[in-house]
Amino acid sequence: MIEIKNLNKAFGEKRILKDINVEIRDGELFSVIGPSGIGKSTFIKCLIRLLRPESGQILVDGVDIGSTSNEFTLAKVRRSFGYLFQEGALFDSLTVLENVAFGLRYLTDVPKSDYPRIVKEKLALVGLKDVEHLKPSELSVGMKKRVSLARSVAAEPKYMLYDEPTTGLDPVTTGMVKDLITDMRAKLKITSVVVTHDLSLALELSSRVAMLYGGEFVEVSEPAKFRQSENKGVREFMEISNLSRTGPDKDCK
Amino acid sequence: MKHPITEHIGREFISLSESLGGAALMFKSVVFWFFRSKFELKETIKQCVTIGVDSFTVTALTSFFTGMVLALQMGQSMKNLFNEPMFIGTMVAFSLLKELGPVLTSIVVAGRAGAVVTAEIGTMKVTEQIDALYTLGTNPTRYLLVPRYIAFLIMLPLLTVFADFIGVAGGCIVGMVKLGVPSAVYFDDIFTYLDTSDFLHGFIKTYFFAFMIATVSCYKGLNTKGGAEGVGKATTEAVVVSMVLVMVLDYFISALLVAVGL
Ligand SMILES: Nc1ncnc2c1ncn2[C@@H]1O[C@H](COP(=O)(O)OP(=O)(O)OP(=O)(O)O)[C@@H](O)[C@H]1O
Ligand SMILES: [Mg+2]
Repeated sequence: MIEIKNLNKAFGEKRILKDINVEIRDGELFSVIGPSGIGKSTFIKCLIRLLRPESGQILVDGVDIGSTSNEFTLAKVRRSFGYLFQEGALFDSLTVLENVAFGLRYLTDVPKSDYPRIVKEKLALVGLKDVEHLKPSELSVGMKKRVSLARSVAAEPKYMLYDEPTTGLDPVTTGMVKDLITDMRAKLKITSVVVTHDLSLALELSSRVAMLYGGEFVEVSEPAKFRQSENKGVREFMEISNLSRTGPDKDCK
Repeated sequence: MKHPITEHIGREFISLSESLGGAALMFKSVVFWFFRSKFELKETIKQCVTIGVDSFTVTALTSFFTGMVLALQMGQSMKNLFNEPMFIGTMVAFSLLKELGPVLTSIVVAGRAGAVVTAEIGTMKVTEQIDALYTLGTNPTRYLLVPRYIAFLIMLPLLTVFADFIGVAGGCIVGMVKLGVPSAVYFDDIFTYLDTSDFLHGFIKTYFFAFMIATVSCYKGLNTKGGAEGVGKATTEAVVVSMVLVMVLDYFISALLVAVGL
């Protein structure tokens, strides 16, 4: 379980997160939605201390990583997380195979001879094959994103943080990525936090949806209740996303 | 009293102190992880190749011509003074082994390899690859810095030894061709008047330079901000700082080594 208490994060004068309080329960799929530039990436980066919050607690299974500067504690907690970066963040100097196997090497005891098989499996989950020997510079943006997704789930972490998993993908691969996220949760009991602009994705997959607006979570609830929300920010976002009060509009899916 | 000039000086001073503190912390973490991590053989070899092998040609050319010009100038001065080019070998080797070999090689390596290291780490920083290392069970110190420190510490002294040899050879050629000093005399001058401590004086210095260049390049890379433009800026700064520090450190370490009798 991840408990977030009074989390504050600012860049200079600009306050991005204001006193956030929320808990992410084991096994759930928690989505964070909100307009661009509101602080969604900032929020999940704080969860594994890639960004240091100004104040507040982040308790991961009871261990507070909000303000600790002990490298061992941080490293230990981070081992239970997988993280999909918004821009992919693949290692340029390594091949796709080495990229996807990277976490296996540092996070698991899997013997080296098994890497090619596992990598192939993980790549198949995101609809890629025969790309193992390519360098990231030889991939398209959408392919990079999918390789990165394969890399972040390869070691089967306890928690997965996805930053915009479906942005820039075509409908077919979007479907595959959705299945992957659902499967990771259903089969491996992985707790997931999904950051997205895509309201229909959030409402379809999540156990709870949170709307980040003006530095706060203005609404945190189950998809069905979220649709009924009276909050102004939520209503606006739903209208822009072209979703009615009764459910996702079939045309926009 | 607030005044633009004092304020500027104050701000520069604060940022210098911050950098020094940051670099010290980084260095501490390198030492910490050096003893606690799996040895990254592949990455270390790769870095040795980038840092050492790729700088070899430039180093060789630089020291060859330095040796040549030293012989030429010394020979000319000696001719003017004593009508005979005496002690060319001694003076060329003395200058090269103690000062020019280590210093010029370090400057070449700072400009060639230091820039590569800063640019690579800086790019990784601005594209979140550094953050990705944390999420995949390692960290930039273990995976990037330790191999680079090792590579600098192995390759810079090696390159310096090569540079010494090549420079002495360059001097020998000019001595033979332009000054009429036979190579036997040239080398005799070297072996009669130089001993191991003269070589060690220069050789030991290269370890300090290697530490410094590795620290500056890695620190600048890790603290890159602001996209591609930031990478360019960080790289230039790293090279300038390393080059100036080579000169500054050279004086102080030489003084120290002289004091202990080397
Ligand atoms: N390193 C930084 N320094 C200064 N400001 C930053 C930094 N990173 C982000 N910001 C600011 O913080 C705000 C939130 O950024 P963030 O990346 O979290 O947005 P986001 O919700 O993920 O947006 P998007 O959906 O476009 O990815 C932005 O207004 C941005 O300008
Ligand atoms: Mg974002």
